[in-house]
Amino acid sequence: MIGLLHTRSIGADVERVDGRAKVTGAAAYAFDQPVENPAYLHPVRSAVARGRVTGLDTAAAEAADGVLAVLTHRNAPRLASTDDTELAVLQDDAVAFHGQFVAAVVAETPEAARRAAALVAVEYAGEPHDVVLSADRDDLYAAQEPEEHGDVDAAIAAAAVVHDATYTTPPEFNNPMEPHTSVAVWDDGGLTVYESTQGVHTVRPVLAEVFGLDPERVRVIARYVGGGFGSKGTVHANVVLAGLAARALPGRPVKFALTRQDMFRVAGYRTPTVQRVRLAADADGRLTAVEHDVVEQSARIKEFVEGCTKPTRGMYAAPNRRYRQRMATLDVPVTSWMRAPGECPGMFALESAMDEAAIACGLDPVEFRVRNDTRTDPDSGKPFSTRNLVACLREGARRFGWEGRDPAPGVRRDGDWLVGTGVAGSCYPVISDPGSAAVVRYGADGRYQVSIGAADIGTGAWTALTQIAADALRVPMDRIDLRIGDSALPRATVAGGSSGTTNWGTAVVEAARAFRDQHGVHPREGDEARGEMRENTAKEHYAMSAYGAQFAEVRVHAGTGEVRVQRMVGVFAVGRIVNARTARSQLLGGMVMGVSMALHEHGVRDPRFGHVVNHDLAEYHVAANADIGDMEAVWIEEEDPHVNPMGTKGIGEIGIVGAAAAIANAAHHATGVRVRDLPLTTDAFVR
Amino acid sequence: MEVDITLRVDGEDRPLRVDTRTTLLDALRERLGVTAPKKGCDHGQCGSCTVLVNGRRATSCLTFAVAHEDDEVTTAAGLADGDRLHPVQQAFLDHDGYQCGFCTPGQICSAVGMLDELKKGWPSHATADLTGPVDADDDEIRERMSGNLCRCGAYAGIVAAIREAAR
Ligand code: FES
Ligand code: FES
Repeated sequence: MIGLLHTRSIGADVERVDGRAKVTGAAAYAFDQPVENPAYLHPVRSAVARGRVTGLDTAAAEAADGVLAVLTHRNAPRLASTDDTELAVLQDDAVAFHGQFVAAVVAETPEAARRAAALVAVEYAGEPHDVVLSADRDDLYAAQEPEEHGDVDAAIAAAAVVHDATYTTPPEFNNPMEPHTSVAVWDDGGLTVYESTQGVHTVRPVLAEVFGLDPERVRVIARYVGGGFGSKGTVHANVVLAGLAARALPGRPVKFALTRQDMFRVAGYRTPTVQRVRLAADADGRLTAVEHDVVEQSARIKEFVEGCTKPTRGMYAAPNRRYRQRMATLDVPVTSWMRAPGECPGMFALESAMDEAAIACGLDPVEFRVRNDTRTDPDSGKPFSTRNLVACLREGARRFGWEGRDPAPGVRRDGDWLVGTGVAGSCYPVISDPGSAAVVRYGADGRYQVSIGAADIGTGAWTALTQIAADALRVPMDRIDLRIGDSALPRATVAGGSSGTTNWGTAVVEAARAFRDQHGVHPREGDEARGEMRENTAKEHYAMSAYGAQFAEVRVHAGTGEVRVQRMVGVFAVGRIVNARTARSQLLGGMVMGVSMALHEHGVRDPRFGHVVNHDLAEYHVAANADIGDMEAVWIEEEDPHVNPMGTKGIGEIGIVGAAAAIANAAHHATGVRVRDLPLTTDAFVR
Repeated sequence: MEVDITLRVDGEDRPLRVDTRTTLLDALRERLGVTAPKKGCDHGQCGSCTVLVNGRRATSCLTFAVAHEDDEVTTAAGLADGDRLHPVQQAFLDHDGYQCGFCTPGQICSAVGMLDELKKGWPSHATADLTGPVDADDDEIRERMSGNLCRCGAYAGIVAAIREAAR
């Protein structure tokens, strides 16, 4: 058991320490950096989805006003490593997807760069491409060995109730409001990059390897980051292209922001999924078998597997279980992390299937879930460190007013609107990775400087880490001077997997404890101590996960099929809350993205050319203010002494997990129409 | 082609020479170093670049700088009165109407402009009675703020903040 921190600042409702800078526009994101004499990069993208570049005419671009350099695979600096094929930018003539970078112009102004990029003439030898995913393809390969516990077929044969259906989710694009951005300077044989990233220490080693530099000669800075939701958690081609241009123009800061359209080409996205779920239950509504069979796509140049079966492994008890995950390799851009990769689409399928199975068993969907709760992790047999799924379901039902719900679908009407309610469970594992470090230093001003190379992408890390440092040092928050977002600071893991507070917070606590051990409570100026996050050995004995339950009231217009999410209640069991104000925003933010996923998000790839047709925010809809009704996110008290010294479980992703299923389930209750293919567009309801 | 113009930005005269292709947003950000308005799409689809032009909200990516000679441009950086935040800014802090903060300067300018539109009685799609004064109820706020996307999904806080600032 870990000694849980005594809390004073932790748990309070605290205004963000970076709030003033944000509401006044003073917070400087990557592109806002006031660099001297910048140059601007504009890329040229491939017009074919597969083939080779056979001709390049750059003369007109080079002759255009203000142009400093035109980079192509013929003249771009050679990279030291091309092992990561996604990052082998302008190294050869191969084209692996539509929209890939095939050239770039660097010029004195953004206008000149853009104009000259249009003057680069590229010829291609196109090859037939293949960008269409389906579960019937004969070339699917197994991303992992199919796995079975018990005997699923026998359980299904003997079951009182069997539910068997296929659910699909479309390609979804992260689209943080800040496009991926780099300001890169090559100076004295080193590279400095102001980057919009979820991890400065994630970017640094990658750039060092790709450019063949000592990591000490690469510095990455990201004090403010305009969202990421996973897309800025790994390094994409744009960062390397900015570095190449900077190397070609030593001393000159090169600014490169992806256009919104580029965000649909090179910034990663969520694979479409086809998921067959089979559930078997006995006459009492107890699950006897669970099967989850997933088909996804991956890019030809780099594999990424979205682990949709992960949540199914731990969510409900069932002695017989089978998981299968197969992939198609296509001529598409690289798929990558998007908020709750695996859990998010996986739980749309599982929690929709649970709703259907509850109905088939004649049980209330809350009761059905409660009945199938488990005290031990079904796969590993380990007990949970804490698990309060049932408490979330009960508390959510109470707050939402679920009791007395008439299960009959399609019978409630309010004027022209059909009204229904739905529920879904949420889960997200407690992810912890060792290796983050922090340094505490006592300054002349009587303040404690706390340094860690973490990133705040909107999560509230600036504030949460300040609170944690204050409690660990037993001083008020205003005595803490936090430094994050710079690879010159101690190593920190990526802001991903809802693990930031666990990993960085633990490092801060360790550093604070070391500081007090070494220097006591009356330190002298310059006293300093370092602490590191180590492997949490409790993981050997316990399964660790956060849980939640989401309830939605949905209206579907009887004439037009328009779907509105009138209200939602999310109740979460996520360990201790560090900052009540920012935590609520994070959970709500996940739920809002879940509404967006349920109602709008659908990237449409044109099979003829291989590009995303609706590649901007006018046509790829994300939830706007008027899409969001009354939303409530609350949590239940949960003390978990096994997860980390703060007792936190991670809250960045769980809000999106299950939200779309709750909405689809409510839409079914409203109309009697079961939509298994996201998003819930009007055509599904108009018959 | 380049033209000499003067923009009045956050109360200060800012003479500059601009390429006629330069948007107001790029002139502010890349030429004048005024980086409060952000570029989220460059196509008028997200609202991150919202500023007030002579008091009315405008997406600065959708208009050329050269068209704004002598116009009064107010960004989120120009709303505070010294150290005293504008009431809308303070309400955003109090209600946590933001997370990453990237859409926030645009949201705040949009809210300030929108509250003025409400005061003038301009109706919106959500207004039931087109003849009387318009209330700043939640549906009005949601409708009028829907040109400002927030991918962090801070809408609940944004609506609460504007509701309070409207009082
Ligand atoms: S940047 Fe102007 S509306 Fe998006
Ligand atoms: S606060 Fe991040 S996009 Fe609105």
